[in-house]
Amino acid sequence: MLRFVLRRLLTAIPTMFLIVTISFFLMRIAPGGPFNHEKGLNPAIKANLERLYQLDLPLWQQYLNYLKNIVQGDFGPSYTRPEFTVAEIFATGLPISIQLGLTALILSTVLGIAMGVVAALRQNKAADYAVIAAATAGSTIPTFVIAPLFQLGFALALNWVPVGGWGDGALINKVGPVLTLMLPQLAVVARLMRGSMIESLRSHHIRTARALGLSDYSIVVRHAMRGAVMPIISYAGPAAAGLLTGSIIVESVFGIPGIGRYFVDAALNRDYTLVMGTVVVVALFTIIFNLIVDVLYAVVDPRVRYD
Amino acid sequence: MTDAVQISAVGRSLWADAWARLRANRAAMISSVYLLVIAVVCIIGPLLTPNAFSTIHQNYTRVPPSLAPYPTPSMIEPALAEAVQKGRMQLDGWAQSGSTVTLQVTSKKPIDARVVRYVDRSDMFEAAVATEIAADGLSASLTAQVQQKYFIFGTDSNGRDLLTRTLIAGRVSLAIGLLAGMVAVVIGVVYGATAGFIGGRTDEVMMRIVDILYSLPFIFFVIMLVVFFGRNFMLMFLAVGAVLWLDMARIVRGQAISIKRQEYVQAAEALGVTNAGILRRHIVPNLLGPVAIYMTLLVPQVIILESFLSYLGLGVQEPMSSWGVLISQGAKNMPSANWLLFFPAFFLTSTLFALNFIGDGLRDALDPKDR
Repeated sequence: MLRFVLRRLLTAIPTMFLIVTISFFLMRIAPGGPFNHEKGLNPAIKANLERLYQLDLPLWQQYLNYLKNIVQGDFGPSYTRPEFTVAEIFATGLPISIQLGLTALILSTVLGIAMGVVAALRQNKAADYAVIAAATAGSTIPTFVIAPLFQLGFALALNWVPVGGWGDGALINKVGPVLTLMLPQLAVVARLMRGSMIESLRSHHIRTARALGLSDYSIVVRHAMRGAVMPIISYAGPAAAGLLTGSIIVESVFGIPGIGRYFVDAALNRDYTLVMGTVVVVALFTIIFNLIVDVLYAVVDPRVRYD
Repeated sequence: MTDAVQISAVGRSLWADAWARLRANRAAMISSVYLLVIAVVCIIGPLLTPNAFSTIHQNYTRVPPSLAPYPTPSMIEPALAEAVQKGRMQLDGWAQSGSTVTLQVTSKKPIDARVVRYVDRSDMFEAAVATEIAADGLSASLTAQVQQKYFIFGTDSNGRDLLTRTLIAGRVSLAIGLLAGMVAVVIGVVYGATAGFIGGRTDEVMMRIVDILYSLPFIFFVIMLVVFFGRNFMLMFLAVGAVLWLDMARIVRGQAISIKRQEYVQAAEALGVTNAGILRRHIVPNLLGPVAIYMTLLVPQVIILESFLSYLGLGVQEPMSSWGVLISQGAKNMPSANWLLFFPAFFLTSTLFALNFIGDGLRDALDPKDR
């Protein structure tokens, strides 16, 4: 297993290299630059700024410099927020996004599995239909509709939670963001779990377990669910990478100072280093979570071996 | 007996079978009808609604939805007072009978009959005339017709009719959904089918390209495309379609490979059927099912993506509108003008629901494994 993990981490290096290269040049051939303000900057000042950030060098040299810096963990300065480096921006924003994303991930996985199991055990009964209806609604209504409706109902009309803001991490401020983050995930997990649980309950080993006279609890929890969580694991990997790196909609609607907002702002302002930083962080999370998924596979299903 | 033999000899095609099963699916049929109604209403509706989508009604900013005509009686007096004040006169009294209002005005300077234009300039009145001007010219009586306007969905913060705007936005959202969906399907099918048929190293390289594009942050990719193409409505859907083809390519490639290995294809090869013949007779018809299913499931995805981009201000630009634009404006006008959020949100979500039900119904109808 350890050898497998090491090998996968080694193969991640060329993947990361390709992603960094593609994003770097894709962004650079886009028209515009970080100092092309609408009002028009004094050409001398612009030239000085570009020299300061070494943007006046040939593109290939900038690319090599960036590669050299990123290998040493230096993400460079932010052009739109000169008072911070990109690393500092992530240091303050990423923990917030991770905290919200992780809470939403755990809640939606646990609740979704529970809902899916209940629906599968009561197939074609009221509880099942309720879960299907909730899952359809959750996966159909977009976040940018749910978030303002949540604010309208629970913050403005009922006054139970604040409309937005981080409030130094007060629990009550996290309710809205976490709920809107988790609802779409919850819907997918519940639907996947229902399907795989129904299949699992029909399989031969469950029939054997019943014939052996095992208790319902043991059949459902120890035997049926173990096989049925596999699709959830493979779904939750990429979903986790997306959740933990912050959502643009949720963070902008609720005014959360995470890193989700930077995708759009930075790309539009051609804040090259910040865009590259976000790309690298998201790609790293994706690779790490895909690796975790593969390891979890082997843990849950002993038939899966990597050596 | 002979009847039965004849009937069984005719057989049922995949499509006849699928159609029969789709017809039996009530949710899918109701959704199809609903979608058709929404499409027709969005296409024809803006021609029939009383107000144009970009006309600004200054006197009616953020008026709530109402089936009764505007202006309401309580709105007339402030509007009259404002119009009269702009003409440097004072409103002494007014009365309404039917759609005609009569005003009594006074002024410190002699009143010219042309001051009625100040009354006409308001969105609420038309055909104002000075019926009587006193001998000293310091007081007069004017009459004007009240313009009745219907704002069934209310108006936005610029005083534009939300009903017409929602329908126009629906046109844009549905058109982008359909066109971008088709772009994604065409790219995905051609790419996936090529990779699947040729196989070998070509397949390997083509699929690695898809893998790499997958691992780029999706939203970064979209935003870069928007940055390239500019905030252009026509190129928007190309950008969206160009991003969403990846799933399609993977599905089609998988299908193509699995169909290629089927025994009936091998049998056809053994019988000497040409490649083109196999392609036409076996592979394309068997690919159509999954493609149709994914197309219907892709359209709501495209609509969501387009709305999402428009919500961020990257998509459709003013004065054109899409449901995403309207929802973002609605969210900004909470809680004083909730109708601005409710109506577009309702149209968008109900359309997405309908499309999803149709997609699910098609999948059930076309998936032969599920029989």
